Amino acid sequence: MDMCMELLKVFLTGGIICSIGQILIDKTKLTPARILVIFVTMGVILTFLGIYAPIVEFGKAGATVPISGFGYALGKGVMEAVDEMGFLGIFVGGIKSCAAGIAAAIIFGFLASLFAKPTSK
Amino acid sequence: MKIGKQTIKLENTPKILQTSSIVGPKESQGPLSQYFDTHIDDIFFGEKTFEKAESKFMKTCIDNLLSKVPTSPENIDYIFAGDLLNQCICSGYCIRDLNIPFFGLYGACSTFCESLSLASAFVNAGYANKAIAATSSHFCSAERQFRMPLEHGNQKSPTAQCTVTGSGAAIVVPKDVGTQGPFVTYITPGKIVDLGITDMTNMGAAMMPAAFNTVMTHLQDTGRNANYYDVIATGDLGVLGSEMLVDLLRKEGVDLQGIHADCGALIYDHEKQDTHCGGSGCGCMASVFSGYFYEQLKTKKINKILIVATGALMSPLSVQQGESIPGIAHAIAIENEV
Amino acid sequence: MNSNVNMTNEEYSSYVDTKAKNSPIVKNIIWAFLVGGLICTIGQLITNLFMYLGCSKDDSTMICTISLIFIGAFLTAINVYAKIGQHAGAGSIVPITGFSNSIVAPAIEFKTEGYVLGIGANMFKIAGPVLVYGTTASVIIGFIYWLITMFI
Repeated sequence: MDMCMELLKVFLTGGIICSIGQILIDKTKLTPARILVIFVTMGVILTFLGIYAPIVEFGKAGATVPISGFGYALGKGVMEAVDEMGFLGIFVGGIKSCAAGIAAAIIFGFLASLFAKPTSK
Repeated sequence: MKIGKQTIKLENTPKILQTSSIVGPKESQGPLSQYFDTHIDDIFFGEKTFEKAESKFMKTCIDNLLSKVPTSPENIDYIFAGDLLNQCICSGYCIRDLNIPFFGLYGACSTFCESLSLASAFVNAGYANKAIAATSSHFCSAERQFRMPLEHGNQKSPTAQCTVTGSGAAIVVPKDVGTQGPFVTYITPGKIVDLGITDMTNMGAAMMPAAFNTVMTHLQDTGRNANYYDVIATGDLGVLGSEMLVDLLRKEGVDLQGIHADCGALIYDHEKQDTHCGGSGCGCMASVFSGYFYEQLKTKKINKILIVATGALMSPLSVQQGESIPGIAHAIAIENEV
Repeated sequence: MNSNVNMTNEEYSSYVDTKAKNSPIVKNIIWAFLVGGLICTIGQLITNLFMYLGCSKDDSTMICTISLIFIGAFLTAINVYAKIGQHAGAGSIVPITGFSNSIVAPAIEFKTEGYVLGIGANMFKIAGPVLVYGTTASVIIGFIYWLITMFI
């Protein structure tokens, strides 16, 4: 039962975040690239302001899987690194916390390009 | 002879001796499929890249035209061709192998009328006895150049149009070759008109004012009424652009109801094929005119047609720099009797 | 008779807006909600699975990210992701799978221009800005946070 409740919260949080993106696309004619930039930047800022952490607490993957969660990881990582390392943490923390995601995207992208052939939709 | 503001009357009425058309898989499933000469199911056409495929589309189309006439490339005086790719590489590489003097043209999607106008004018003036006009476009190469990578999962706007994969070619000769038409009688090169549309996914709206201007100017210059023509066919205004053109012309007292057709709106079944506002690209009017309308002229189902190819003269760069999209439209009057 | 469309740019723009079909926004939002929610739920299931198998919470989250990126890349390579995207819109753009899609799609597309200047140079054509602005924002807030920890 707990599990179901948890998944429902995840579903709702993720769904709402994506719906906000859809409203931005349809109402403002923003291109997908701009939407992604806005989301990731907002993720970083909201994390810094302490607003995103409670959302993650509530929605778990629903808040970390959307690209704003990438911003959350960047923001959280940089603040932790500053706590640990001081000034140098500013440069290390963000990317370090996202390293797995970035490396995975690059390597899978490269592999996919080796095997896949472009097609029309 | 120039008449009126910008129309040229071709006194010697050169003749469109033959046409040839070729289309890709999506167009082959469309409602006009039976009218096209060649259908290719492989979007790559056996080539490694989309650009090479597009070149091969055009080459196959021209080869088919030459076999229909029949004549060999040495007998062709000049070829006027263009496409949508940067530096017109598709036409360049296609014609490289043909050994025919070549004029490379760029008028975005209006290129077919631009090349056919110049070919007709050359023949009319006696500078050429056989001139070819050809254009092509390819969905994938255009999508790469102008929009997002194909595999990217983005949503299309309801006003978006779909670039036609295909090519069309026509050969123009002097009037006295044979007895039958159709003949090119007037050409009206268009002016660039820009009403500030910046939305790359709404080309119909960007090009419509240019089509409006060219149609009105043509009618004024020639003193003809719109209903003189059996069909006034625009290139790729799409469903939305066509609707606005008919609407705005009606307000000026020109009724196109029942006369107007749009190649972009005709080529696909929009509901079934999910093509939103219709087809676009140089290959759109080229294939639809060469396939469908030329056949109609030959069989006398229609006798007088005004073709108005419309183009949007922007690049992804200019749009990113915040420029609006300039439109252009060229008109050609083609008639069976002169 | 006037041969030009007798409208100013503003008038024409609003005329086009009245004629143009709007995006079916309600339908789009429902799609985005369902697909986005579903992708996140799959992510949670993967996380839970690895936590159940004994991984730490942080490791499980990381595995979840890598798995979703793999799924996104795989679906892009077999040309399914673009089809999902036509309906789901933001629902498939905003989740991390969409980030993966935006890297894999140009990589496949620019293969014809070679490994270095084709795949290598174009891979981050769409996703690059995300890293640029994400990193910039993180450095800025890192700096502010550092100032705060120094002086307060």
